[in-house]
Amino acid sequence: MSTQTSTATRMTIAKALNAGMRAAMERDPKVVLMGEDVGKLGGVFRITEGLQKDFGEDRVIDTPLAEAGIMGAAVGMALRGYRPVVEIQFDGFVYPAFDQIVSQVAKMHNRSLGALKVPMVIRIPYGGGIGAVEHHSESNESYFAHTAGLRVVTCSSTEDAYWMMQQAIASDDPVVFYEPKRRYHERGVLDLGAQGGALENAPHALDEAVVRVEGSDVTVLTYGPMVKVAHAAAQAAELEDGPSIEVIDLRSLSPLDTEVIEESVKKTGRCIALSEAQTFASITSELAAYVQEHCFYHLEAPVLRVGGYNIPYPPSRHEEVFLPDLDRVLHAVETLLAY
Amino acid sequence: MSDDDVAPQGAPVSTGGHEPPERDITDGGPDMVQFLAADGSRVEVTPTTEPYAAYLEEIDHEELRGFLRDLILVRRVDSEGFALQRQGELGLWPSLLGQEAAQVGAGRAMRPQDYAFPGYREHGVAWCKGVPPENLLGMFRGVNHGGWDSNANNFHLYTIVIGNQMLHAVGYAMGVSRDGDVGTGDAERDTAVMAFTGDGGTAQGDFNESLVFAAVTNAPVVFYVQNNHWAISEPNDRQFTIPPYRRADGFGFPGIRVDGNDVLASYAVTRHALDRARAGQGPTLIEAFTYRMGAHTTSDDPTKYRISAEVDAWKAKDPIDRMTAYLRAEGAIDDAWIEQIDAEADELATRIRRACQTMPDPPHEEMFAHVYAEPHRLIEREAAAFADYQSGFED
Ligand SMILES: Cc1ncc(C[n+]2csc(CCOP(=O)(O)OP(=O)(O)O)c2C)c(N)n1
Repeated sequence: MSTQTSTATRMTIAKALNAGMRAAMERDPKVVLMGEDVGKLGGVFRITEGLQKDFGEDRVIDTPLAEAGIMGAAVGMALRGYRPVVEIQFDGFVYPAFDQIVSQVAKMHNRSLGALKVPMVIRIPYGGGIGAVEHHSESNESYFAHTAGLRVVTCSSTEDAYWMMQQAIASDDPVVFYEPKRRYHERGVLDLGAQGGALENAPHALDEAVVRVEGSDVTVLTYGPMVKVAHAAAQAAELEDGPSIEVIDLRSLSPLDTEVIEESVKKTGRCIALSEAQTFASITSELAAYVQEHCFYHLEAPVLRVGGYNIPYPPSRHEEVFLPDLDRVLHAVETLLAY
Repeated sequence: MSDDDVAPQGAPVSTGGHEPPERDITDGGPDMVQFLAADGSRVEVTPTTEPYAAYLEEIDHEELRGFLRDLILVRRVDSEGFALQRQGELGLWPSLLGQEAAQVGAGRAMRPQDYAFPGYREHGVAWCKGVPPENLLGMFRGVNHGGWDSNANNFHLYTIVIGNQMLHAVGYAMGVSRDGDVGTGDAERDTAVMAFTGDGGTAQGDFNESLVFAAVTNAPVVFYVQNNHWAISEPNDRQFTIPPYRRADGFGFPGIRVDGNDVLASYAVTRHALDRARAGQGPTLIEAFTYRMGAHTTSDDPTKYRISAEVDAWKAKDPIDRMTAYLRAEGAIDDAWIEQIDAEADELATRIRRACQTMPDPPHEEMFAHVYAEPHRLIEREAAAFADYQSGFED
């Protein structure tokens, strides 16, 4: 954890993402932002606020309302040497672009035997908990993690939002960057002191998992909006002199940082894979399978998945029971300890 | 020259962002079909508008009053939806303020057997199709994802993903043709389909594909683009360089621009297009030239991107004021009539408000209902586990 120094500021994840894009745009004139309403309005979540004003309409492009068009055009721009950062307005609206992403974005480099690169970032505000209508609360990261050729990442803190955005933009691979929308307005510390803002000095690599809370009895593997929930569960357990929970923020869903995962599970012997997404055929499924395959002799209990139920994301009046909360995590912890 | 007829030849090349051309977005141009001027006076019929004008000759005062009543009540449904959102009863409300005439004209032109495929702002069409306004609230309150029986009034569920419903409409219309429900001459059998979207929606792949499908299958469908000039913060020039109605030509069927703030015009033009469709003569694209007076939805802040002079200019074209002035001049309505409709609107608002406030939250087990039409092992297991887990919290 960073300490408050003169170079540290408190800011929201939203502002940190904005600052990350700004830094990337200042560093590299080939970085362009594209999407619906990203210009004057600054995006419906205001993540690109002020960037068009400062960088102009050629670099912050309000596109037609056409996701396949946005994505396909971004591929072409990337082939021409630009680094497009594309905003999909809401998780549920990425599907019109799905074909472009899985058929073209993901495979171009491989098909050209490495000759072509499509360095682009696909930003997707994702997840529920904001009381939105249909198609505005999905966690569809598994579709893209399933597709080879894409990197899939997500952040859970101000610091990560700032650095990971820049790393994603600097990556020569296409990166699907999931932004946890219900955490946009949560504040954290960004300390550029030691790093001086230089990308090489970022605290973690883009594909590195980070231990957020150390613990010895149960490992919770999680990411994005659920990191906070896992954190709260660990604190609650500690306050009640309950089991000691280790929380791992995966950050990168493809590739997974398996070293950090294995090290933790081998230490604790119990593991929960936690996410908002439906659990069937998902990131949490993959985590459970991986851990069982690689840590079998260290496990005291089966790996449990805790996630959304396998139903379409429900109307918002059900959100409180659909989204995993502190109780569901602690319930899973109890279940594991009962083995 | 119409405002959107830009596409200047040999214009200076820009490197990406472009300067929107100076245009008067309040002027629909000479191609626009209009019967009522902004002040409510009747516009002279021209050879271009004559085929549509015929539909107005049949209309008597009683029916004209019905149009105005619809406009007023639909506006009230909308303002009540807006108020309910502000009071925390609804999570979101997409307002149709300013678009009442575009929707009531189209809705009134439909017959009961005609099917509507709406976006999410078509409260006025829903009204004309007889859908109780209360039904529209569940989705915005977060108790369901639609919830009404589409087949009860031939009004499909709202569709949030821009453009999707345009293809559904065409497919439905293809089914209508296969069933032989076009061109029989039987007014109660011949059926047409209406597909609604906004100006932004015309940029989507689905929209363009729907035009292709309709053209090559000669589907009995009427595409109804409400050009309200904004797709959230993006003005028309971010979505197209020729106006939507002219696009139909490239797909091989007629396109018409109509004054969407003139209920008589939108009614007549839609009647014409629906008659063509029902007669087996294929699709038509109508662009209703109108304006979104309020914010995009209650989550939006239009002060970030648009100027109030524009809104003021459109205020002067208000569809209700216009129709009121016309009917007053015709001697078809008086103050007493207006008072009576206003009282009716008050009652309607009370009814909607009560329905919204007393709408029960769905029991959480219901989440697992209707995910599949047939039994599904995973869902059954999860539903049981969920019930078991929840019962752990009961004392
Ligand atoms: C596929 C898709 N992309 C993005 C959105 C988010 N969105 C909702 S409404 C809207 C603008 C729609 O504008 P327009 O089609 O002109 O219709 P209007 O709302 O003005 O009636 C956008 C971008 C969406 N609903 N669906």
